[in-house]
Amino acid sequence: MSDPHSNDPAGGPAKGRPAPRKSGARAAPREKVAPPTTGHSWDGIEEFDNPMPRWWLWTLYATIIWGIIYTILYPAWPLPGGATPGILHETARKEVAADIQKFQEMNAPIEAKLVATPVTEIAANPELANFAQNAGHAVFQTWCAQCHGAGAAGAKGFPNLLDNDWLWGGSLDDILTTVTHGIRNTTDPEARFSQMPAFGEILTKEQIGQVMNYVMSLTGAAQDPAQVDAGKQLFADNCASCHGEDGKGDRAQGAPNLTDSIWLYGGDPATLTETITNARFGVMPAWQGRLTDAQIRSVAYYVHSLGGGE
Amino acid sequence: MSFLQKHQALERNVTLLLVGSLLVVSIGGIVEIAPLFYLQNTIEKVEGMRPYTPLELTGRDIYIREGCYLCHSQMIRPMRDEVERYGHYSLAAESMYDHPFQWGSKRTGPDLARVGGRYSDQWHVEHLTNPQSVVPESVMPKYGFLSDRSIDTEDLQAKLKVHAMVGVPYTSDMIENALADFAAQANPDADATGLQERYPGAKAANFDGHPALTEMDALIAYLQVLGTMVDFKTFNPDQPR
Repeated sequence: MSDPHSNDPAGGPAKGRPAPRKSGARAAPREKVAPPTTGHSWDGIEEFDNPMPRWWLWTLYATIIWGIIYTILYPAWPLPGGATPGILHETARKEVAADIQKFQEMNAPIEAKLVATPVTEIAANPELANFAQNAGHAVFQTWCAQCHGAGAAGAKGFPNLLDNDWLWGGSLDDILTTVTHGIRNTTDPEARFSQMPAFGEILTKEQIGQVMNYVMSLTGAAQDPAQVDAGKQLFADNCASCHGEDGKGDRAQGAPNLTDSIWLYGGDPATLTETITNARFGVMPAWQGRLTDAQIRSVAYYVHSLGGGE
Repeated sequence: MSFLQKHQALERNVTLLLVGSLLVVSIGGIVEIAPLFYLQNTIEKVEGMRPYTPLELTGRDIYIREGCYLCHSQMIRPMRDEVERYGHYSLAAESMYDHPFQWGSKRTGPDLARVGGRYSDQWHVEHLTNPQSVVPESVMPKYGFLSDRSIDTEDLQAKLKVHAMVGVPYTSDMIENALADFAAQANPDADATGLQERYPGAKAANFDGHPALTEMDALIAYLQVLGTMVDFKTFNPDQPR
């Protein structure tokens, strides 16, 4: 807008009229005064020595002042005896501890109540049940979902928690014990423990085939009916002590029910043969120590509520 | 402005400018780095830290070779959300035997600083072989080939020696028995007294469930020890550091 006339649609002379834009009028004389040069001259090209914009300079000064204030308030300068702590004595550790404590204190009353209440009586108290359900869900997503799946449907070797088939029991107390101490881990002496023998070292391949067929016959899926009878005797001799004479399993030993068509590793001939030959040794960590009592109770309550709880 | 005019001498002489720049950068570097070597509060004193066993150290090298650090950090920051998800925030002492440290700066996958003991060995085998089999929404590549790769132990002792050279307290006893400890940790039936003596708390197991000692065993041995060494029951965050 250096020339106010150029944009005049009428094209008439602007003389006599007040200038519509003062800034335009002011710009003109400024251009005429050449700013000082630095005195440098390269091939006749000179360098203007314009000052930095004032807002820029003030921002720079402000950051310098803030920098000085910051080093006074917060830990900053390394000295021989240790870094200066700053007059606020702020540390990230203190901050996170305070942050966590804030929420712990908010939850403390209800968590204390949760720990004091027998798990079986949580459901009777709507406030407690609501808290346990939501806290349990959060704990499950953080600590359990990697093995049991985000929707608790499990994966090969990691039990589905939605159905009513339980290896070690599906009552609230059973689930609480399992979560607290885990299964077959080496860290918790009270962990649930049992070990199926690897029958590859005990039975012949043929016998394993017969047992496999008998086991499949329990769910009506026998591959070779001719082998079932021979397998039945082998089952009674080798397997029934844990899985029961009827193959319905034994929760005291974590021996799965073989008659319900629910398979942890797979019910096809190849997988069953592998299971019988090498045995399985599913491990679950103990959560005592990693999670608080309230968290363990919440997640037990949550798992129990998923559909299969007894 | 006469003082500022003197700056022209620096600007007009390229050698002088170079020397001057180097000087300024060096001062900045020394102020930031040098105190770390003498300050007592750089690394806190904690109970339980020990050097990696030969098998864990081998696993660590596989971790680095496969670029795990590109997607996984090993640094739980002191923030409530991280502490609640991963466990106690990481301490400097916990990476004092890491050369190089594996803090990382990218979390496509979760932080692994305290993954030790969080899952079963079997889970690690399944997950490394086919991550999607246990975590369907995972984008992690498959590492099943580790089960087929045996480990060359020829340079194992040399590896320990190099770590000792940069400050990891591997004793001559540890270096001497490196191969024995390596084999003992991968075999739960072996006599582990020597291993336990040299590396208290080391977990001996057949990590991948298969008889052969493969890279899978080593990597899982390493993952299972991550973040488990320090006993936080005796840790005091406010100790004079």
